[in-house]
Amino acid sequence: MSAKEMKARFHRRQFLQFSGLGLALTAGGQVMQVVAADHSDTSTLSAYITVGRDGLITIGAPNPEVGQGVNTSLPMIIAEELDAAWRDVQVVNTPVDAAHYGAQFAGGSLSVPMRWDELRQVGATARAMLLQAASAEMGVPPAELSTLDSRVIHEASGRSLSYSELAHGASEVPLPDADSVALKSAEQYRLLGKRITNASAAAIAQGESLFGIDVQVPNMVYASYVKCPHIGGRPVSANLDEIKAQRGVIDAFILEGEPGPYQFDIRNSIKVSPGVAIVARDTWTAMRARKLLKVRWNTEPASGDDSEQIAAAAKAAVGRLEQATMISSAGDANQALLDAKTHSRAFYSADFVSHAQLEPQSCVAQVTAQSAEVWTSSQTPSAVDQLLPGLLSLPAEAVTIHSVRGGGGFGRRLSNEYVYEAALISQRVGLPVKVQWSREDDMAFDYFRSALYLDMEGGVSDEGRLAAWKLHVIAGSSDKEEANYGGTYRERDFPEKRVPNYNIATTLIPSQTPTGAWRAPFSNIYAFAEQSFLCELAAAAGRDYRDFLLDLLGEDEWFKDGDRNALNTARAKGVINAACAAAQWGRSLPEGRGLGLAFFFSHAGHVAEVAEVSVDADKRLIVHDVWVAADVGQVINLSGVENQIEGSVVDGLSAMADQRITIREGRIQETNFDTYPLLRMPKAPKIHVQMLASGYSPTGAGEPALPPLAPAVGNAVFAACGERIRELPISKAGFMV
Amino acid sequence: MPFKVTINGELTDVSHIDPDTPLLWALRDHMGLVGTKYGCGIAQCGACTVWLNGDPARACQLPLGQLEGRSITTVEGLAGDALHPVQQAWVEHDVAQCGYCQAGQIMSAAALLARDPAPSEEAIDRAMAGNICRCGTYVRIRKAIQSASSAIQSGVAFFDPGEPDLAASPVDSMEVRS
Repeated sequence: MSAKEMKARFHRRQFLQFSGLGLALTAGGQVMQVVAADHSDTSTLSAYITVGRDGLITIGAPNPEVGQGVNTSLPMIIAEELDAAWRDVQVVNTPVDAAHYGAQFAGGSLSVPMRWDELRQVGATARAMLLQAASAEMGVPPAELSTLDSRVIHEASGRSLSYSELAHGASEVPLPDADSVALKSAEQYRLLGKRITNASAAAIAQGESLFGIDVQVPNMVYASYVKCPHIGGRPVSANLDEIKAQRGVIDAFILEGEPGPYQFDIRNSIKVSPGVAIVARDTWTAMRARKLLKVRWNTEPASGDDSEQIAAAAKAAVGRLEQATMISSAGDANQALLDAKTHSRAFYSADFVSHAQLEPQSCVAQVTAQSAEVWTSSQTPSAVDQLLPGLLSLPAEAVTIHSVRGGGGFGRRLSNEYVYEAALISQRVGLPVKVQWSREDDMAFDYFRSALYLDMEGGVSDEGRLAAWKLHVIAGSSDKEEANYGGTYRERDFPEKRVPNYNIATTLIPSQTPTGAWRAPFSNIYAFAEQSFLCELAAAAGRDYRDFLLDLLGEDEWFKDGDRNALNTARAKGVINAACAAAQWGRSLPEGRGLGLAFFFSHAGHVAEVAEVSVDADKRLIVHDVWVAADVGQVINLSGVENQIEGSVVDGLSAMADQRITIREGRIQETNFDTYPLLRMPKAPKIHVQMLASGYSPTGAGEPALPPLAPAVGNAVFAACGERIRELPISKAGFMV
Repeated sequence: MPFKVTINGELTDVSHIDPDTPLLWALRDHMGLVGTKYGCGIAQCGACTVWLNGDPARACQLPLGQLEGRSITTVEGLAGDALHPVQQAWVEHDVAQCGYCQAGQIMSAAALLARDPAPSEEAIDRAMAGNICRCGTYVRIRKAIQSASSAIQSGVAFFDPGEPDLAASPVDSMEVRS
């Protein structure tokens, strides 16, 4: 397979994966574009690179930045191949423009792997053009030239020219043929794999205007948008005249929108929930007026969900496999269970949780009869770019999307309803509008992490090996056809490929509550169940969990031929051994203290985590240390990857401890951080991260370190006190972090 | 009668703003000082932490009308000619992910070091417990506070904004980080 075919195949596969997430946009930006030949003080070498006469090299970051570090890591890839000195680099956000930058989104831990080939090519092509220009300038063949720290060097004569001196000439060089441009090998990297400070670190530390919520445009007004607390209901009437009479209120009106709860659909959905818009001179005035708002709601179209009833329906479905849909099977799992030496069965469950990214949703929109401009922290600005013209009945070229830093994403900003709310309100009032959700809005109108229920059964043979595996996934569905987002079991291969007898089935139970992508969808719960239950099986068979897991992974191989994004058992064993070595697995610990191990493969990343936990008689637990070993291929920014992993550990602990969304009559009961607690600093463990250098292409790091945390802690609790935790959050079982 | 509050050392006329407006929204919507962030509105998350007469306070809970004659410091007013040692430590330790909570974290940390320049690990955890970071950067925040503490105690002013490399670029090599 040629490199080109590999690339096409890779892109296609990743896009298929992401399509499963609901977004199908055209792949692949134009790799290289010579835009302007002559600027007075800068020369543009591509849609990504501009070199100033002052030596400043401006590199565009094409994907939305929501804290995953791509405003640093993606430009680093270009800078590496360009041989630009990082101190000379200034990072800017590129425009949202599919013609030049392809699909711009942040999801599925895909930003780095999807841009890897493209951005290396961008950097290397620009470097080739600079070499061409230097060759002409110095009168020597390009083969005699090398590059280092933003300079082209002719070693033989000792002469050198800076990129800023060469940029104008380089911008007039014809675009070299892609196949003639050589990419570096990993040994040649000077920048990749090093710890580089986030490109926005100093601006963040000084409180500069960076985030979506910070955007201000001239004559802007502020809006609060009030939706029915019973998700999907619609306003019949409201005391709009009283609201409009409030000091500072500019307008108040009902937006008809589309009633009824709806599920996550970023590709097609320009739906806006019905509600009441209050437009005011500032945020506080809108929020204050809202306290006086009286709305008569029609809750007929609304969700009637009750989280206790959903959980009860799930329990009732356990064991009723005759009503379940079989997903896959091999051998005879039932017979193998009877034949097994030890046999275990357990029911695992997890409640709904909210994203609770710290910046509540907001969006600034400026819509006129002829044009629209929006500033958004969306994780899918390309989707907004495609869909907003239709919503506003404007031609595509009249709509401009600005991608602005988001205060956390975690999947919450993959949907764009807040953008469409702002656009419709601006269209109605004829002024630029910032729609500001309150924290309470943000918690009530989330696309939640789906609740999930897993009935698991397994058997271990006389030889101590997994001989039978049964999994019954019970998930909510709004249409009885497929699970709501986050509840669908997708082919995983592990452990199935290593178990001669298994069957996997699913049952859908009614649920209207909107769910969506929450960091490592499905895996975030499934890993807890799988890795806890495998540990249960090992314990029942009297085996050490590390040994059991290493045996189960078996011989070294890729789980899918030719797919370098599949599970690789050698990489899996590598991270398990590294994490266990760092944690000194097997050492003896005082009573009430234990080590727990978990391994999980998701988003093409192999991650093992070992937690050291102590538990007291009142079930208060302290997570002392977490050792993480991860293999995500070539590391781009070591500091950034370590930060993502440290954050995943904290986030995983935060969610498992005491986060749950409860629902009554379709209404979310938790409203703010007083009833929905996030982990605070005194509870944060010490975290030790090791990145394994496996020599493969980079894969994403935002998600794969989250799933193993909960089972590692659960397994450590079992080791410490003998009690097995089977529900999330663990506060439901009386445990307190 | 003009109504004045001292904001970052400057006596500022705020007569045009409704006096029941929380300081948070007055800063953000009327004064262009957007470093102070809205996270919860109920003093739970700490993203809006400012200093009121030198002590950390939640700007979402401070009606402007009660601040006459008081002195407010926001993250924008923390640096002098050079970055505050806490800000510098935040850059050195590459603390931020999304960065949204960090202004509040920095204001809490700088207030802690102002009253206790050499805090214990427990004192750091206690002082920072009111500031939530959803990205989970707590381990780096701890390290950054410890290194800012060392810098303050040794009296080192280790950031010179006049240095051409740093002034030219918002990024800096992390080779210095241990």
